[in-house]
Amino acid sequence: MAEKIATREAYGNALAEFGEKYPNFVVLDADLAAATKTGVFKKKFPERFFDCGIAEGNMMSVAAGLAAAGKIPFASTFAMFAAGRAFEQIRNSIGYPHLNVKIGATHAGITVGEDGATHQCNEDLATMRSIPGMTIINPADAVEARAVVEAAINYVGPVYLRFGRLAIPVFNDAATYKFEWGKGVQLAEGKDVTIIATGVMVDMALSARATLAAEGIDARVINIHTIKPLDREIVLAAARDTGALVVAEEHNIIGGLGSAVAECLCEACPVPMMRVGVEDTFGRSGKVPALLEYYGLTPANIVAKAKAAIAMKK
Amino acid sequence: MEQAKIKALKQTAAKVRLGVLEAVFSASSGHPGGSLSITDILTYLYFEEMNINPAEPKMEGRDRLVLSKGHTAPALYSVLANRGYFDVDLLKTFRQVDSILQGHPDMKHIPGVEMTTGSLGLGISAACGMALAAKIDGKDYRTYAMLGDGETQEGQVWEALMFGAHYKLDNLCIVIDWNGLQIDGRITDVMNPTPYDKKLEAFGWNVISIDGHDFEQIAAAFDAAKACKGKPTAIIATTTKGKGVSFMEDQASWHGTAPNAEQYAQAVAEIKAAVAE
Repeated sequence: MAEKIATREAYGNALAEFGEKYPNFVVLDADLAAATKTGVFKKKFPERFFDCGIAEGNMMSVAAGLAAAGKIPFASTFAMFAAGRAFEQIRNSIGYPHLNVKIGATHAGITVGEDGATHQCNEDLATMRSIPGMTIINPADAVEARAVVEAAINYVGPVYLRFGRLAIPVFNDAATYKFEWGKGVQLAEGKDVTIIATGVMVDMALSARATLAAEGIDARVINIHTIKPLDREIVLAAARDTGALVVAEEHNIIGGLGSAVAECLCEACPVPMMRVGVEDTFGRSGKVPALLEYYGLTPANIVAKAKAAIAMKK
Repeated sequence: MEQAKIKALKQTAAKVRLGVLEAVFSASSGHPGGSLSITDILTYLYFEEMNINPAEPKMEGRDRLVLSKGHTAPALYSVLANRGYFDVDLLKTFRQVDSILQGHPDMKHIPGVEMTTGSLGLGISAACGMALAAKIDGKDYRTYAMLGDGETQEGQVWEALMFGAHYKLDNLCIVIDWNGLQIDGRITDVMNPTPYDKKLEAFGWNVISIDGHDFEQIAAAFDAAKACKGKPTAIIATTTKGKGVSFMEDQASWHGTAPNAEQYAQAVAEIKAAVAE
């Protein structure tokens, strides 16, 4: 059984780990340091941590000012209050002038759990994708999350980093993992169908592949950590090679990775495609396993959608 | 302040006002009222106060100004052009599709513009970020932000006011352009944000109230702001919307309206006459 770590945990640890190597970055939070895990950085580098209080709009524009003056700010809060509440500040203060701000958004999706719909952001990929020049990265495990933080420090421009609350299996090998900006990762070869997954759904995609294999279906699995810009080559190659796709994400089926892949396929290589995600509804309170079941964010649903996509092949 | 210097500043401010009018008239669009109300203060900042270098807009350690009331870009563009950041002829291209002079300030393409603004309430926060960066890096440059009085109705302004005082940003000085008017009428009728002095003091700021068209008061206020340690300064500048053009003065209708050819000619004549020998 693989070790389980939340990507938010890896985020906070990575900030603290890289603090010494990269002295020019600073961290902002909006009274959630204990939850976003930026508190780990705060403890080690108190002089580089600035709490903005419960004022996310101000925090995003302050981050823009810091970046304009040469600092590299990580602005952290829950996805709901970053991509949701502070959308306009991210769009106008950060996106439009293309400033070097890193938005560390934690508690994305329904795996927030018991807090329920007001805190479960299933719309952040949609709002962030609509901002020109915004890079969006959604790591699939703790190893990837750590690497993403260092890559974001070294990239010049706005980045939206999406992290989760839930402890999830670590499937990447820390010793050998290499993060490639904007590149999808093919985790398993396959010829009958491709499962494209992101974040918490990647490990489930691997489980789904095993189930399909037992039934004689050979599924390719691709991890898309960089939602925008999308790795079109790996998507189109999968469409050409396997002729059917399933896209799985912990997000509304509208506007996220499923939409990005559909846009790519429709324009360049139309093939059957099914989406696994929150089906245009709000979240609700519950234990995380119960919620994943309730919303169909399960290996079983990926399997079912994979078969449906294959059935649609001409 | 010497009378000769005051006279020279008035002459410069008149040139800036002419640039404002030319830009808005050429575009048949833009915001003359609030541009003319901040012209004297911006003129003082860019020609007397700020440590800047038009030949090197990104000079290390320069002072910075954020036009939080971004819709009054004509005033900022005109003062930058007259200060030598770019050709004054460019003002004629304001708001045209092939011009760098966007309807609201764009830091990516306009020399001297320090922050992209236009959506109200965001600029003061960015100015807080710049001032904080100076503190982090141990640099002594100062940051200024120009706010509209109507803009203070945005909740984010008060978030930023809390932030500035909390982090003791004494290298930050904001100016509230209190011309008393916004699009829908008098600010006290639309949504009264006053009293400014008591609220800002309660928020922990050093507050200075001045006549925003009196260069001696303007100079004294910025001197006092620099001398104040441990907290940021807010200058509450009482101004006249449309200052210098008789038919625009104190008229909300000139918030976002361009003059026609006849009105433009009269406005130019009035500005010139006011500083004629």
